[in-house]
This record gives sequence, structure tokens and C-alpha cells, in this order.
Amino acid sequence: MADIRHEIPADRAGRSGPDSGGKHKGGGMAHSGLKSFAGLMARQGILVAFVLFLIAFSVFSDRFLSAENIFSVVRSSAIIGVMALGVTVVVIGGNLDLSVGSMLSFSTVLVVDLHDKIGPGPAIVVTVLATLCLGAINGLLVGVARLNSLIVTLGMLSAIQGLTLIYSGGKNVDIVHQDTTWFKIFGRGYIADIPVPIVIFAICAIVLHVVMAYTPFGRRIYATGGNPTAAVFSGIRRSRVVFATYLISALTVAIAAIVLGSRVMGSQNNVGQGYELQVLAGVILGGTSLLGGSGTIWKSVIGVLILGFIQNGLLLLGFEYYVQWLVTWVVIILAVWLDIAAKRGRLLSPIA
Amino acid sequence: MSHSVLKSPLGWLAGNPIWGFIALIFIFFSFANPYFFALQNFQNILVQTSTIGVIALGMTLVMINGNIDLSVGAVVALAASLCVDIQGWSLFADWGNWAILPGVVAALLAGTALGALNGLIVWKTGVDAFIVTLGAMLGVRGLVFVYTKEQSFFAMNFSFSDFGSSSIGPIPTLAALFLICTAIVHFVLSRTVHGRNTYAVGGNRSAAVNAGIRVGPHMMINFMIVGFLAALAGVTLSSQMGAATPNLGTNYELWVITSVVLGGTKLKGGAGTITGTLGGVLAIGILRNGMNLMQVPAFYVLVILGSILIAVLLLDKQLNRKGKEELRL
Repeated sequence: MADIRHEIPADRAGRSGPDSGGKHKGGGMAHSGLKSFAGLMARQGILVAFVLFLIAFSVFSDRFLSAENIFSVVRSSAIIGVMALGVTVVVIGGNLDLSVGSMLSFSTVLVVDLHDKIGPGPAIVVTVLATLCLGAINGLLVGVARLNSLIVTLGMLSAIQGLTLIYSGGKNVDIVHQDTTWFKIFGRGYIADIPVPIVIFAICAIVLHVVMAYTPFGRRIYATGGNPTAAVFSGIRRSRVVFATYLISALTVAIAAIVLGSRVMGSQNNVGQGYELQVLAGVILGGTSLLGGSGTIWKSVIGVLILGFIQNGLLLLGFEYYVQWLVTWVVIILAVWLDIAAKRGRLLSPIA
Repeated sequence: MSHSVLKSPLGWLAGNPIWGFIALIFIFFSFANPYFFALQNFQNILVQTSTIGVIALGMTLVMINGNIDLSVGAVVALAASLCVDIQGWSLFADWGNWAILPGVVAALLAGTALGALNGLIVWKTGVDAFIVTLGAMLGVRGLVFVYTKEQSFFAMNFSFSDFGSSSIGPIPTLAALFLICTAIVHFVLSRTVHGRNTYAVGGNRSAAVNAGIRVGPHMMINFMIVGFLAALAGVTLSSQMGAATPNLGTNYELWVITSVVLGGTKLKGGAGTITGTLGGVLAIGILRNGMNLMQVPAFYVLVILGSILIAVLLLDKQLNRKGKEELRL
């Protein structure tokens, strides 16, 4: 793991990634135990928080650490997790994608509706292609036309929501013969006792991690997000890179939609509403900077899992469902605050 | 501003294309639908836009500052729930119509306090406003669900809901409230020190610091203003419905940001006007109303509004392109 973490910052030395920030201060801080603890928190704060949460919850609830519970948390995080992987790529490229929630609604409705009309195989193909088209629209507007990604994807959020409702006529869709179709394997199946959604999540994470950390393409995404002007001057075709990040994001949404559709075997028109927030919360918790140019795939995985375990732990402790949203509020701000504080070396912002 | 209007109306229109757009859709709907051009429909449009419009005023200030507030929708729901719930408390049972007052005051205070909290976090921690208010958007919505126990509240006092449908002369009260707020915020932004500082902070934050502006408290005040106005919108909305549901205000941040951006405020900060925002709010109101009258299905309205937002951005890019600064690919 350590090699991976050092390879990326070396490529973009001097930029304010979570890793490089801690490394620069490492020398000055090492002389005191407390300071080096602060350095550790700065570099691996998200992991430390994760472990603390796990310990706290397992002390207070004896069901929390059972294999059954852990599998169920990871499985229910898989859909948000897969989407978070794609959004991480977009964010590292220096843009935002708020349209993933309504895109998920669209793709899920499409795949479930087409399943009974043209069969599962063609339905999956059509869904993936249609979702990629939506991603391509995002990519064209942000990458080629160079519009502000926040506004574009906000507009797409609304437009795709409308598109979904137009397609389904406002009606919910479902699959009639749920037990006989092989489509159920994506959401309900097991491979060697591991639920398939977890396997899909893991495969996506590994593939994207390799792409981002080891390939020239991944390095181009980091470069584009870190400093677009410098990237263009070093021969990177910025518009193509940004376009590709939105295609990746759309692809992960399509995969999440297939898992979701297969798990529920039906879909409401607004099934993905609000998912963009949960996804973004996971990405932010993972320490990816919204300014672009820094962040790693595996930390986003941990960010999403933290959200999942917080949700599950609070429910097991007997809190109301919506208390998790309050806790998420605090956790997001604390996580980003500590990250920033570690980089600037002081807790409070210097502005007057 | 008024000087340049006299100088060249065409030049003003080029700077505020939204009003040209409003004139276009206004003429279109007037000819396309017999029910559009009527005093009562204009009153309707004003009342329908007042909720989004009031929030958009505050959002304009925050966005000129270079910040953003995504939590307004959740604040609307919280204010509405507080307002309707508190006025029904048995504590105020013998207050008569005055029982409404504590509810309204509590709602406005809660909105202002949440705005202050957002502003304080942005000021003290230096975390980006997008992240801070994204968290607040989730957190405050959670607070609403915990507070209401996922139930709707209904106002027992009918004078509360009568207020929402009353009018002052030909102008509905809620529309008048919106126009008064618009005038006040316009005055603050264009004629006061606070307004000038708003542009300065958004235009170049470090220059503003060097010029002696206390940037932190300044941003906090603007967050408090948007929180207050969002709470006000929650109160007027609940008085229109005579009730408050925990889901109230969902997607409002989207509508508000859309109208503010339509009105020409730049996301990067430093530019924007209240007249522009008023135009953006009216444009969306007229579009929704007109398409509604022409019986365009609600689904298509979502697609059209999303497309218009992107189209305006594209147009703005073409019109205001600074060819020399941009890197051509």
C-alpha cells in the first residue's frame, strides 16, 4: 500500500494532496510524540476515525462486529460505493457530478422496464449505452464547452429527473418473474458465499484504483485536476480527459443501477433522489479535495464504508434513522476541517 | 447603474439578457394562451415566485461573496415545522391570534442561527462553503425529521392560513412581502458599505483582507441573511398551505441557484445584481406558470428548465468570452 501512496504524490510534487501535506511537515514535527500523532492524523485521519468508530460501535453493540452484519453493511453500501468511485474520478479531474442521483433513477427504471420487454441481456446493454450517452452530454458540456460543472450537472439533475418521468409516464416499474430470471444474480446472488454486489464493488474499486494509480491515463486526470493550464501546456488534451471522467462516472452509475434493479426487482422514478449527496459525502470523507488533483480511490471506498457503518451502528444502538444524517453533518465537516488544519499547521483559519 | 440605463438601454439589455428573455417568453405566452394575460394570473405568478424569490435574494449575496448555501431547502422545512408547531402549543392557547407570533419568531431565529452556524464554520475552519452547507443540508433535514417525528403539522388557527391568501389592494400580501424584501436587499447591495464589501470579498478575497475588511464576520452576516430569508420563505410557504411537512423545500436549493445564475450572478463571486436575480426568479416563474397553463406535463417542465439553465450558461460563455485570457485547445 505504501508504494502506491508515494507514487502518486511524487508525480505531482508540491501540490497540496493529503499525502504531500503531511510529508512536508514530517521533519519539523517528529521531535514530539504529540506532534507526530498530529502528523499521523493528518495523513491517515480517515483510517484512524474509521477504526475508532468500529471500536466504539463494537463495544456498545455485540451484534455490530458479526460477519453477517458486516456483510450486510458492505452490501448495502455497494450501490453508493460504486457510484462514489466514478464521482471520485470526476472530482480528481477537477469537476463535480451532481447528476449521478437522477442518472441512477433513469438507469434503474430503464433496466427494470426493458428487462421484461427485450430480455435481461439486451436490457443491460441498452441501459449501459443510454447512461453513457447522458455521461457524454455532461462530458461535452463540461469538457469541450468548458462550462461550470456544478451548474451543468445541476441542470442535468433536473433534466434527467424529467426524462425518467417522461419515459415511465410517472408509473413505477417492476419485473414480473423475479425467481426465474438470471438477472437476479447481480443483486441477490453469491459467489463463494460473498454477495455479488460486494464482489462487483471490489472489482470496480480495484480496476479504477489501478487505472488511477498506475496508468498514464490516471496521471493525466490528476494533472488536469491539479492545474489545468499546466496540464494543457504539457500536452494533455484536457477536454478529452474531462470527457472521459464523465464517461467513467456514467459507467459506474449504470453498474450501480443494474445492481439496484436486480436487488429490488423494481424501481420507483425517484429511487436515486438524494444519492448524489451521500455519494459526495463519501468522497469528501475519503479526503478527496473538491478543488481537484488529489484523492485516491481506496480512500473513497473507506469514506463510503464509514458512512455505511455509522448508519448501521446508530441503528443498532437504537437511534432514529435520521440521526445518522445529523452525525454525517458533523463527521463531514470535522473530517475536512482536520484535513485542512493539518495542511496549514493551525486549527483555525487565518482570515480575519 | 441608473446612469448607464439612461445612456443606452440596449447596452443595459446586453448586460442583463435575462430581461430580454422575460419579454420574449411574456409575449409568447400572451399570444399562445388566452388565460396568461390576466391580472389574476400575474398575481398568481408573483405569489408562486415569492417563496423561491425571497431565498434567491439572500443567495445572491452569498454567491457574490464567492460562497454558496445548499442548506436553504432544509431550513425552509425546519422554519415551517417550527412555525406551525409552536403556534399550536397549549402554552399559547389563550393568546388568540397572537399565538402565531412566537411561532414566526422562533422560525426566523432558527433560520438566522443556522445561517450564523454555517457562516461561523466557514469563517473559523476555512472549509469550503460548498462542503459546509452540503453537510448542513443533510444535517438540518435530519433535524427536521427527528423534530417532527416524520409527521406533518397542521395550523389550527385559520387566520394563519388567511394571511397567506390575503392581499393589500390588488397586490397579494406575499407578493408585496417579496417586493419589499427585494427593495431592501437591493438597497443594501448597491448603496451601503456592506454591499460594496460583498463585491470586494467575492472579487478578490486577499485584496479585501488587505483593504481592512473583516472578511469572516462579513461572510457570516451574509449567511445569516440567507438563513433568515429562507426561514421567512418557510413561514410564508406554511401559511400558504396552512400546514408544514418534513419534506417541504426539497430541491429548493436547485431552483434558487438556477434563478440566481439565470440572473447573471457569477459562481466565482464578485459579480451579480438583485435586479438580475429578480429577473431570473420571474423568468422561471413565468415559464412554469405559462407551461402549466398550456398543459405541458410537469415532467417536460423539468427537462426544459434544466436545458434552459445550461443554455443560458452556454450563451453567457459565448457573449462574454475573453478570447485573450482563455487557453484555446
